[in-house]
Amino acid sequence: MVDVAETEKASGRMSLGHDDVLRWIRAFAAEVEANKEQLTQLDSAIGDGDHGINMQRGMSAVLGKVDATGEESDIGALLKTVGMTLVSTVGGAGGPLYGTLFMQMGMAVSGKEELSSDDWAAALEAAVTGVQARGKAEPGDKTMIDALIPGRDALKAALAEGATFEDALRQSADAADQGMRDTVPLVARKGRASYLGERSAGHQDPGATSSHLLLEAAAETWGRPGQAR
Amino acid sequence: MKKLINKPDDVVTEALQGLAAAHADLVRVQFNPNVIVRADAPVQGKVGLVSGGGSGHEPMHGGFVGLGMLDAACPGEVFTSPTPDQMLDATKAVNGGAGVLHIVKNYTGDVMNFEMAADLAGGENIEVEAVVIDDDVAVQDSLYTAGRRGVGTTVLAEKICGAAAEEGRSLAEVAELCRKVNANGRSMGMALTSCIVPAAGKPTFELGDDEMEIGIGIHGEPGRERVKLAPAGEIVERLTAPIVEDLPFEQGDQVLAFVNGMGGTPLIELYVVYNDLNRFLGERGITIARNLIGPYITSLEMAGCSITLLKLDEELTRLWDAPVKTAGLRWAT
Repeated sequence: MVDVAETEKASGRMSLGHDDVLRWIRAFAAEVEANKEQLTQLDSAIGDGDHGINMQRGMSAVLGKVDATGEESDIGALLKTVGMTLVSTVGGAGGPLYGTLFMQMGMAVSGKEELSSDDWAAALEAAVTGVQARGKAEPGDKTMIDALIPGRDALKAALAEGATFEDALRQSADAADQGMRDTVPLVARKGRASYLGERSAGHQDPGATSSHLLLEAAAETWGRPGQAR
Repeated sequence: MKKLINKPDDVVTEALQGLAAAHADLVRVQFNPNVIVRADAPVQGKVGLVSGGGSGHEPMHGGFVGLGMLDAACPGEVFTSPTPDQMLDATKAVNGGAGVLHIVKNYTGDVMNFEMAADLAGGENIEVEAVVIDDDVAVQDSLYTAGRRGVGTTVLAEKICGAAAEEGRSLAEVAELCRKVNANGRSMGMALTSCIVPAAGKPTFELGDDEMEIGIGIHGEPGRERVKLAPAGEIVERLTAPIVEDLPFEQGDQVLAFVNGMGGTPLIELYVVYNDLNRFLGERGITIARNLIGPYITSLEMAGCSITLLKLDEELTRLWDAPVKTAGLRWAT
């Protein structure tokens, strides 16, 4: 028999509570706010120039909603609320895609008040699967999933190799960062950027950029030694 | 940015309030979520027609709500798809028991949001069919793109299907008709200038004083090629030749020719374009049996135009001629 508490201690794993998940959501909102101009600029180059504005509007609506949830402790419910709010406030393609991402995460951890690192990996897995089903994009199409898939895979691989949760989150965010950068030379095959054909090459994908912010926010919120519980 | 607005964030809401105040006889406007509904909706026993898309294309779609056209429109933020909760509210408001047709322009966001809305409406036992309009021949490589965009044919489909719904046709019949209009309509647009999304405050793209963008979409998204400015006659050829080839439109065909202004181009120039179009088609033995000239599917203050040709038959011509009474389009028989 393996002592679960001992194993977690040994590997440095921690569990995430409702407040931790809320801190991540706030951190993502702050990242979106701070990078609103960049997201809009990237989207102006190959899309329709509204990604930063739309995500900022959605995440500020989310903050209004989650601040009002009060004593709620069900993490699944929290994530589903985030998803529903994004679907009804963002519009564009970002609304259904980010809405689906959070709703699928919420369903994967439905009813849980604490998340283990494996729960987080499962939530991320469900999120990526949901986004792919909604948007029907393949890796290399120059979309969100070009950041999300490397982020998911790096997290799983790191945890499987026994990395600490903090390290796994860092590797996940770094892989998403690389995936985001790797979208630069790609020719878009989905979304409005695809209308540009070859002209879409040479620009970083705005969706992959916001998806990197999502995983970076997780690494910074839960990985920073000073903020771990 | 020079615009006739109060605050960038209030543009959509205030424009909707203006629309509601101006056309209370035709529509009522619901806020949060925003929906423009025909004043007498739901019309019992009639198929409800719902469309929607980003704002900034006025009079599409809100200006096409009324007798003989749409039952409801869902306006999103400027150039941003509306959301499923708007579409669900619209669907419920116009369901007169005969089902609801969603007319969707082929943009990634619009299609995904309408799909989610149709799922939600299905959950409330409302029969929904969706038809996606994808008539923009500027998008060449359909296999490796999000597919052709929905542009000018949307206006014609909303008018023609609206007339069919008034006749009491079933949801399946109106949807089939909508697919027929889409199958017979082709469009292409061009821009002389960019446009400024109020919330962004800067031009969506830059165009030199001596340049134009051929194959522009309606959201200020860049087209496929940027070339030196040319006389209207040449521009008309550049737009119309690919349209004629694509369907193809052939000698002897009767067409509805729709010369659309992008928002910043005056009517006098649209008539110059129409004159060149009439000559171009005449030389090929294609007859313009009906026409529509003016800014109907716009892109804010963008200067430019789009040309749409719809191949007509007796049925489409009769439904086009049927009465319509909306803020943006109205005539009696």
